[in-house]
Amino acid sequence: MVAYLLRRLVYIALIVLVMSILIFWATQIMPGNVAYMILGDFAPLDQIALLEEQLGLNDPITVQYFRWASGLLEGDLGQSLIMQRPIAPLLGDALANSALLAGISIVLVALLGIWLGIFTAVNHGRPADHVASIVTYVVLAVPEFFWCIVAIMLFAGYLGWLPATGYAPLADGLGVWASHLVLPVLTLVFGLIAHVSRLTRSSMLEVLQSRYVLAARAKGLPERHVIRRHALPNALLPTITVLAIDVGVLMGGIVVVETVFSYPGLGRLLIFGIQQMDIPLIQACMVVVTLVYAFANLVADLLYAWFNPRIRYGGAVGT
Amino acid sequence: MAAQSAPDLRRARRPMPAPMVWGGGMLVLVVLVAVFGPALSPHAFDAMDITQRLQPPSAAHLLGTDEFGRDVLSRMLVGTRLSLLMGLGATCISLAIGVPLGLLAGYYRGLVDETVMRAMDVMISVPPIMLGLLILAVTTPTIWKSALAVGIIYVPIMVRLTRSVTLELASAEFIEAARGRGDRGAFILFAEILPNAWPSIIVEAALRITFAILLAAALSFLGLGVQPPAADWGLMIAEARPFLYEAPWIALAPGLMLVFTVVAINLVGDGLRESLDPRLRRQTS
Repeated sequence: MVAYLLRRLVYIALIVLVMSILIFWATQIMPGNVAYMILGDFAPLDQIALLEEQLGLNDPITVQYFRWASGLLEGDLGQSLIMQRPIAPLLGDALANSALLAGISIVLVALLGIWLGIFTAVNHGRPADHVASIVTYVVLAVPEFFWCIVAIMLFAGYLGWLPATGYAPLADGLGVWASHLVLPVLTLVFGLIAHVSRLTRSSMLEVLQSRYVLAARAKGLPERHVIRRHALPNALLPTITVLAIDVGVLMGGIVVVETVFSYPGLGRLLIFGIQQMDIPLIQACMVVVTLVYAFANLVADLLYAWFNPRIRYGGAVGT
Repeated sequence: MAAQSAPDLRRARRPMPAPMVWGGGMLVLVVLVAVFGPALSPHAFDAMDITQRLQPPSAAHLLGTDEFGRDVLSRMLVGTRLSLLMGLGATCISLAIGVPLGLLAGYYRGLVDETVMRAMDVMISVPPIMLGLLILAVTTPTIWKSALAVGIIYVPIMVRLTRSVTLELASAEFIEAARGRGDRGAFILFAEILPNAWPSIIVEAALRITFAILLAAALSFLGLGVQPPAADWGLMIAEARPFLYEAPWIALAPGLMLVFTVVAINLVGDGLRESLDPRLRRQTS
């Protein structure tokens, strides 16, 4: 287990290294450079040359990369050009806000998705199953950004129950804070719940037809017990894999949802950086997103191992 | 007589599943709109008329007008072609890069396999939208660049699928026969293995198109894809954002059309997959 964990951590370090090179190299293609952005397009050429010299923009790209990368390792993410502030604290706040959004969402997706999956599997062939099947099929075809639009129209416009955009700190009161979270979370989880429930349903149906479930029923165990203790643990394994994949989908969704709802998270910060051509901010955001994604995948794999006793990473049973 | 009754028997045994018939019908409709969109639309998609801005649906403008007085129905119809082209284009790009790599990795194994698959592992370790953002952030966005960005995202999936099919086929007897005949490697890959691998690849590609359409729309929505004044669905919805309460039709029309298109392609794709792999039918029914 420890060996497996170490191998994965080395792998994550490699991924981040490769991606940081790719990100740094790609952002060099962007039109204009940092000196032009600080001084503006109409600055005298000698001033631009001076600043380029000061910032080391004339050094070879490998030297610039190592300067930037060693800064990253020391926790120095550079200075945002547009906001004129160090990036690290900005990013820290944004990351915390995004983590809150993602955390609530993934828990809701797991709970509601699995519940709906079991419910439809147990009611297989009944009207409720058919309705859920059609609804989830259509829901899967709706992109997050359209859910955002529909949710704003319905809950903020027509019903007027919730604020359309923005974020309120917890200090403003629990109700105000929560009311700003409802719509982003709602739009994030809708499609994923459909995804998870469809998968749980099909794996549950398969398990319910297996012989050991038949045996459990034949022993006269109550149906509730058969489903909870016998069928569910095995039916959930594919669901956990899909939840791991959905973390990636969720991160894509978060970029869109945060932008639409003006929620101050990592995704919005990245899009802001791209729109404003704030090169250091783009670089820092992208590296952090890659890192978060790599760790999210690791956690998902560990969870899978924990739920599935047949898998012993790096052990004698084989991988 | 016998030749005539044989197809009837086959049809009786395997009727086309109802969802696929529905999906097929819907898809034909979407494709017709994509082909004849500009001819069908009552107004030019970019004709502005400030006196007619934000008009609700009426006889003159069946789906109303947007902030510049442009006809929403016309823009929605014209946008169909763009969305389908983006979906198809991105999928073709992922096929063009992914299938040869998968063939090489699956057939030659060893170092080639190792190199290709490790590279794909790196690509998969990056959140999908990030690759697209990286490509679109550093260059000025155009239509073909968003298609390229979305296409590259799905390369690893195509490589993995093609590789696994190739692995299976490479040990088949007819491939060994070809090798014994002294056929060249490239000939075996593209003339012997590829034609047999196509069915699985095509089904996956059909389902990929919808992901590509949705992702391309999301990128346009974020302002990183198709640029104004083009009539792209994602872009139209982004432009409708300031007017959600007073003019909801601007956002709803392209959004619902997008969902309709994706459902149509998904139904056909799922039907294709089921007819190829009967085991799936039992699992999902």
